[in-house]
Amino acid sequence: MFRNQYDTDVTTWSPAGRLFQVEYAMEAVKQGSAAIGLRSRTHVVLACVNKANNELSSHQKKIFKVDDHIGVAIAGLTADGRVLSRYMRSECVNHAFTYESPLPVGRLVVQLADKAQVCTQRSWKRPYGVGLLVAGLDESGAHLYYNCPSGNYFEYQAFAIGSRSQAAKTYLERRFENFMDSSRDDLVKDALIAIRETLQGETLKSNICTVAVVGVGEPFHILDQKTVQQLIDAFEIVGEEEPPAAEAEDTADQETAAGEGAPAEEGAAPMDI
Amino acid sequence: MSLSKMPLVDANHAPDASSCTLDSQRTLYPYVTGTSVVAFKYKDGILMAADMGGSYGSTLRYKTVERVKPIGKHSLLGASGEISDFQEILRYLDELILYDNMWDDGNSLGPKEVHNYLTRVMYNRRNKFNPLWNSLVLGGVKNGQKYLGMVSMIGVNFEDNHVATGFGNHLARPILRDEWNENMSFEDGVKLLEKCMRVLLYRDRSAVNKLQIAKITEEGATIYPPYSLKTFWGLEAYKNPTAGAEGSW
Repeated sequence: MFRNQYDTDVTTWSPAGRLFQVEYAMEAVKQGSAAIGLRSRTHVVLACVNKANNELSSHQKKIFKVDDHIGVAIAGLTADGRVLSRYMRSECVNHAFTYESPLPVGRLVVQLADKAQVCTQRSWKRPYGVGLLVAGLDESGAHLYYNCPSGNYFEYQAFAIGSRSQAAKTYLERRFENFMDSSRDDLVKDALIAIRETLQGETLKSNICTVAVVGVGEPFHILDQKTVQQLIDAFEIVGEEEPPAAEAEDTADQETAAGEGAPAEEGAAPMDI
Repeated sequence: MSLSKMPLVDANHAPDASSCTLDSQRTLYPYVTGTSVVAFKYKDGILMAADMGGSYGSTLRYKTVERVKPIGKHSLLGASGEISDFQEILRYLDELILYDNMWDDGNSLGPKEVHNYLTRVMYNRRNKFNPLWNSLVLGGVKNGQKYLGMVSMIGVNFEDNHVATGFGNHLARPILRDEWNENMSFEDGVKLLEKCMRVLLYRDRSAVNKLQIAKITEEGATIYPPYSLKTFWGLEAYKNPTAGAEGSW
């Protein structure tokens, strides 16, 4: 089996200046089922694909409400995601207790990133194996952040993580310039289409996806299944035909096989993403 | 000492002076105190006034105590009660505002946040039976929203259109209830403040005739230089205060 001299410890550098354990954690995010997020000036929409591990089991929850003004969608190790969302909830509630006002989204994200960073610098810890899309609304408007296991965080107009997220990213990259002025419903529609892109020949139905919205005058909430199905029907979003979806799967497999984890189009070290 | 009494005292933990006294130092009563603070909303924000006396018991010992301070960009804090405790509160707030600024992300604590923070600090200290001996008035403007509230030394807190601490609550609030209105101009507001402060000066023995007026608006806080009020003590009734109230000697 392939052995790497420098990947047995989080804190050990490779001569090339990489931390393999951290990169493996980033890899865990790509294995998880897809989650996407996009925002306008006033709203943020999160959506994710629900996949059951097993024919007999139900799927795991991937979108969590943190506070009235913040919610997260996760991809990767759900257990780690739950731990982090509990941390975020407690930070929000403590802030509300002390200041009677909502915690600014950007600050929560920095605290979360610092928490993740500590795990990359302690020999007795492991990085979190989860990527979080943090959607929130504060004084400065609507925000969408991506937090990753390396301790990096980025603000996005729209983003997708998890398996076959490249297809959703491609769709979002084509459309994101109009998002700022989008209506709430248009955002939801784009979210559903982006989610559909990540499906592999499967038909988009409300039982395999979750959609959540936060925005001005609208506290973070997960849309119920019936509403989602109505939206899918109204927008006439149906599954793509087999060929393009199959292609998307091939490219995803190749990336994983390469093991470098660097998205081909950027050629950057995985930690940058 | 009889033997029967011996077991009551553990020889290894003999009570000594330090264990009894050192760990229980708390404010049992205030030493140097300031008197009333009066504040209310006006057209552009909040007006606040306090005199500059610092009383050591009933001795008017200090004459230039600043009891109104700006907090961050949006708030103004006035305090009556123990001056040293107020200075400690100012240290807490300096740190709070510093850490808030260090985020450097465009978010800042508004008057509501500072007021709630103070409420928590005051209530927490009273729960330790070690209260900060103050009545605090917090006013401010943020995003066009005027805010005025009070916190007591035991953490009681509320918002109102006009507030006053100590004697001011008895002597100034009735005047404010009669004459205050939300859309007062700055000039009318200052006149009303001076009316309140003059009544307090006449009737509150801890008040001194040197006061500061402060305002806070969307543009920020301004604390005006101290000045005195015109008074008239020549009334007949003042001349021989004991006439008609003869004592036994």
